[in-house]
Amino acid sequence: MSQIFHRSTNTIARVSIYGAVFLLAAMGYAVYELSASPYITDVNIAKDQPVPFSHKHHVGELGLDCRYCHTAVETSSSAGMPPTQTCMTCHSQIWVNSPMLEPVRASYRDDKSIQWIRVNAVPDFVYFNHSIHVAKGVGCVTCHGPVGDMPLTWRANTLQMSWCLDCHNKPENFVRPREQVYSTRYAAPANQVEFGLQLVKEYKIQRLTNCTTCHR
Amino acid sequence: MTTPNKPDQGLDLDALRARQETRGKERMWRGLEELADTQEHRAFLENEFPHDPGKEPGGVHRRDVLKWMAASAALAGLSGCTKLPEQEIVPYVKSPEEIIPGKPLYYATTFVHGGVGTGVLVESHMGRPTKIEGNPLHPGSLGATDIFAQASILDLYDPDRSQVVIHEGRISSWTAFLSQIADLRTNFAATRGAGLRILTETITSPSLAAQIQALLEEFPEARWHQWEPCSRDNAREGARVAFGRDVNTVYRLDKADVIVSLDSDFLYSGPGAVRYARDFAARRNAEGPGAKMNRLYVVEQGATTTGAMADHRLAMRASDIPGFAAALAEALDVQLPGIGSNGASPSGGFPTKWIAALANDLRSHQGRCVVIAGEQQPQQVHTIAHALNVDLGATGNTVIYTEAIGIRHTTEQPSIVDLHEDMANGKVQALLIVGANPVYGVGANPIRGESTRLDFTQSLLKVKFRVHLGPYDDETAELCHWHIPEAHYLESWGDARAYDGTVSLIQPLIAPLYEGKTASELFTALQGHADKSSYDLVREYWKSQWNDSFFDELWATSLHDGVIAGSALPPIPLKLESELTREHFLDVFPGFPRTPSAQNLEVVFRPDPTIYDGRYANNAWLQEAPKPITKLTWDNTAQMSPATAAKRGLSNGDVVQIVIRERSVDAPVWIVPGHADNSITLHLGYGRRRAGRVGTGIGFNVSTLQFAPWPWLAIEDWIPTGLKITKTGKAYPLAATQHHNIIDVNGHKEELESQNAFKRDLVRTGTLAEFKHNPKFAQEAGEAPASGLTLYPGHEYKGYSWGMAIDLNKCVGCGACVVACQAENNIAVVGKEQVMRGREMHWLRIDTYFRGDVETPETYFEPVPCMHCENAPCEAVCPVAATVHSPEGLNEMIYNRCVGTRYCSNNCPYKVRRFNFELYSDFATQSLKGLRNPNVTVRSRGVMEKCTYCVQRIQSAKIEAEKADRSVRDGDIVTACEAVCPAQAIVFGDINDKSSRVAKLKAGPRDYTLLAELNTRPRTSYLARLRNPNPLMPGEK
Repeated sequence: MSQIFHRSTNTIARVSIYGAVFLLAAMGYAVYELSASPYITDVNIAKDQPVPFSHKHHVGELGLDCRYCHTAVETSSSAGMPPTQTCMTCHSQIWVNSPMLEPVRASYRDDKSIQWIRVNAVPDFVYFNHSIHVAKGVGCVTCHGPVGDMPLTWRANTLQMSWCLDCHNKPENFVRPREQVYSTRYAAPANQVEFGLQLVKEYKIQRLTNCTTCHR
Repeated sequence: MTTPNKPDQGLDLDALRARQETRGKERMWRGLEELADTQEHRAFLENEFPHDPGKEPGGVHRRDVLKWMAASAALAGLSGCTKLPEQEIVPYVKSPEEIIPGKPLYYATTFVHGGVGTGVLVESHMGRPTKIEGNPLHPGSLGATDIFAQASILDLYDPDRSQVVIHEGRISSWTAFLSQIADLRTNFAATRGAGLRILTETITSPSLAAQIQALLEEFPEARWHQWEPCSRDNAREGARVAFGRDVNTVYRLDKADVIVSLDSDFLYSGPGAVRYARDFAARRNAEGPGAKMNRLYVVEQGATTTGAMADHRLAMRASDIPGFAAALAEALDVQLPGIGSNGASPSGGFPTKWIAALANDLRSHQGRCVVIAGEQQPQQVHTIAHALNVDLGATGNTVIYTEAIGIRHTTEQPSIVDLHEDMANGKVQALLIVGANPVYGVGANPIRGESTRLDFTQSLLKVKFRVHLGPYDDETAELCHWHIPEAHYLESWGDARAYDGTVSLIQPLIAPLYEGKTASELFTALQGHADKSSYDLVREYWKSQWNDSFFDELWATSLHDGVIAGSALPPIPLKLESELTREHFLDVFPGFPRTPSAQNLEVVFRPDPTIYDGRYANNAWLQEAPKPITKLTWDNTAQMSPATAAKRGLSNGDVVQIVIRERSVDAPVWIVPGHADNSITLHLGYGRRRAGRVGTGIGFNVSTLQFAPWPWLAIEDWIPTGLKITKTGKAYPLAATQHHNIIDVNGHKEELESQNAFKRDLVRTGTLAEFKHNPKFAQEAGEAPASGLTLYPGHEYKGYSWGMAIDLNKCVGCGACVVACQAENNIAVVGKEQVMRGREMHWLRIDTYFRGDVETPETYFEPVPCMHCENAPCEAVCPVAATVHSPEGLNEMIYNRCVGTRYCSNNCPYKVRRFNFELYSDFATQSLKGLRNPNVTVRSRGVMEKCTYCVQRIQSAKIEAEKADRSVRDGDIVTACEAVCPAQAIVFGDINDKSSRVAKLKAGPRDYTLLAELNTRPRTSYLARLRNPNPLMPGEK
């Protein structure tokens, strides 16, 4: 009786058994890559907003301070989004007829909020606090990227937990002097680690990695 | 759970006593079931999920679940790829002053319960109130609240609240109602208001009272009735007889060395209970310089929290207490006309030695003692208590009298009977019911002087124009032409007086969610000024009162502080009416003070400990809060003593039919150790027909058994009742949490058989004398293993090290902490069926223990939150590290990591972990979304949860301290349970800070931990309870 399977099936079997391992690994890698990809994280994807607000123009070129609009950043967990009134402090005087700014004027006129699309978001089980980060010398651009160069705003970092822990484990790699926190042009010194360690000591920065620091 | 029974005969008391002998008399017990060591109790002790048959009610099998779990585990890897949904940010157009997103604001306002105001501070997140705290500036609160105020926030968001104006069953509008009211005004202008009646609940609001007053001046023939199911008529009448005028009685328990309660639950209910608990607990202090511990005697009928705190407690029928009061007066040689040596002597049956020792103690504390009569006791008992207080020099010291806090207050019981009568006789043309729910609460009172019964509903239906203003479309609303939704107090302007007369303002935290109107808006419409808002009305009233050029400043300060400074009513010097006659004592009950025949059974009516008179029936937090001592949830019962139950062959859950004057209810029996014999307690508030989705149709309505003139008691000797109790043979399932989460100390049997076993009991107690002799008695067991007896390396706490101390000597067992924790931490309600399976979610529970004889036990409370063990057994078994230790000693629970193996709760010896077996949190109901604390995750199905020491409060205090470049100071972090505790029994803080309150308490001699022999090293520790018995009492050493 002839064999049911040809000899070559042995090879196919061997390859597929070993191959399955690699296939699984490859799938796992693909999932990992996907989860870190802009498709999932929205990193570097500028979102359409009701008004094409340019941080590049307002911050980078005109030099407005972050806190002019994000007023709660030093006191609260939320940095705060500016009320329409803040926009109108200037735009009741300049660019008063610009069609681009019509949603702003309409909002002020009709007493209806502008509905911005959120760019930087963390899940609901994460309790992030802006005020403590700026107090400890974490610059705005450290997390939010080069905001002063963004014509439309995009997310600069994944805001995933591993990314948070990079700094929570080694704050010396990222911290800057308190007076430079709101600067978009600050360049880290060549000896950042050394300098960072000094700041860590001076600002009593803790390496908080226990869970309830952020999850409660 | 069933009780140990003789076959077919109910409770077997002899067997219980025999077992108690072998167990050791000093041992604590949690219930009759534990004493009897029943199979069911064993199951609760040994099985983690005793009622879990492995099959959900929906018919899901365990094996199916396993299959799904395998499938979901395979898919779980993909969950990392979930994309966050797109969100919108909606900023203000014009930013309101003061609101900073992410920072809560606190506003002072006033919670009104039974007419009496308690100052509260309400936490508001971006305009939505989320949590009630006490107002430290308010004398009735001092920073604490009761269980009702805590739960009132849930009422605001209750989706069942009435939302629209209803006219004859159809949706209508306020404008339409106003036009009807205008017609009404014209009609009544001609008749000077004849036939116009207003029915309100007890009102202490000065502005509202002035408004009604003005209304009555405009319509002089109109009448104002005040009525609540739980009126304070007896206290009021008793004081009026004693002093010849209306007065308000205020106790100063901080000055009292000896306190006698004559059936008064003053630590839990009634005006000022929160303040009284604070003052009482402050005097339970045995340590420290000049500390002099007070002594509490309680003579009571039911088992109350006040009775549990007593140093000497005597249980007797409520109908025996008037006789007891008279006997005490006789022993103190206080002359009362018509009683004692002047007339009828209280017939015997009272323990004379007990009374003599009590009288002796009172006399030797002349001016530093006080006698408090219970609100539901007959007015004569109040009169006697006043006479005793005057004689004992208490007046002016431990008791002060002020003008009455209610304005033009009518005696409520006769008032409602008058209204009932007039309605039946067609004398009422229009009735405005404000807040009250008489159709449910009045039940079926007989009309005075008539033997025929007339239904309140029948009488009400004879009124041509009926208006109801109330928070719910309830039983009364159904029968009225107009129903107007009443605004919640967090949506209203107003004012109210506290127990001592202090006025505090009610200011809204939020605009009415629905079409809610306040009582003052209804009255102003009737006055023809519908354009005035309640804000205008309250402000105008106080402007007329103060007449001050600094009005705006005064108003702003009063609003900010929550109290009007200096508005407490001044004490008035009073003299006992010299005209007290025999009739004053004898006219209500023909036989007074003759004690009823010892064999006769009485039925006593009391407000329910959590849902009161039924007004909170739709509040699920209060329904599920275990009632003090009985630990029942979601039901009312017929409560009785073990002996009474044994005599009638009854056990827990047996349904009995109770007949009074030919009206009957069927009620399940609940046996309460310490309850008076031959007495049955029925609680009001249940059996609601139209309460809402939560409260409708649960329990039974006992108000149908109450009858005028005195609704609190039925006993044949005084009034013909035709009382009959028969066993129906049916059983009714009850959800009591008393045996849930029992801590198993039975593991080491041989030690527990020893005579010293009680020293390791979970509640440790001694007398004051024992404590002075041996301050460290609570630590004597010496069961804690030497430190280092663990495989794990120790951890050195360099920074903060959080811990909690709970003083059992102060805890009055009120349960406010349980509800405060629920509000702060978004804890879900599970419902009766799930509670019966032992699945209630409360992070903090109050264990109740008994000690001594089954009939006359001492009662002990022990609040049990997570212990935050140093060597936490839960942490070691979690396969996914969802529960871990923080560098500050917290045992952290990470919801987003938890996969629901439940190993942790299985391994927790203290049984403080709670598992979301189902989707308990309500994610669907829109209005409830506003309720949540934004700083705490709302847990979903399949997740374990437990006390976090309010980690959100810890983090927020730490962040503020770090920003200010300082350490967290003692008192910066106040956990929700600590903040609400009226007795200040709970203290949280940094153990590493040796000057902190918690560190000092833990260093004290009374400090001990639970199950120390397990070497878990808990961070929550307890201070032993002390009792201060009178050495001259019979039976004392």
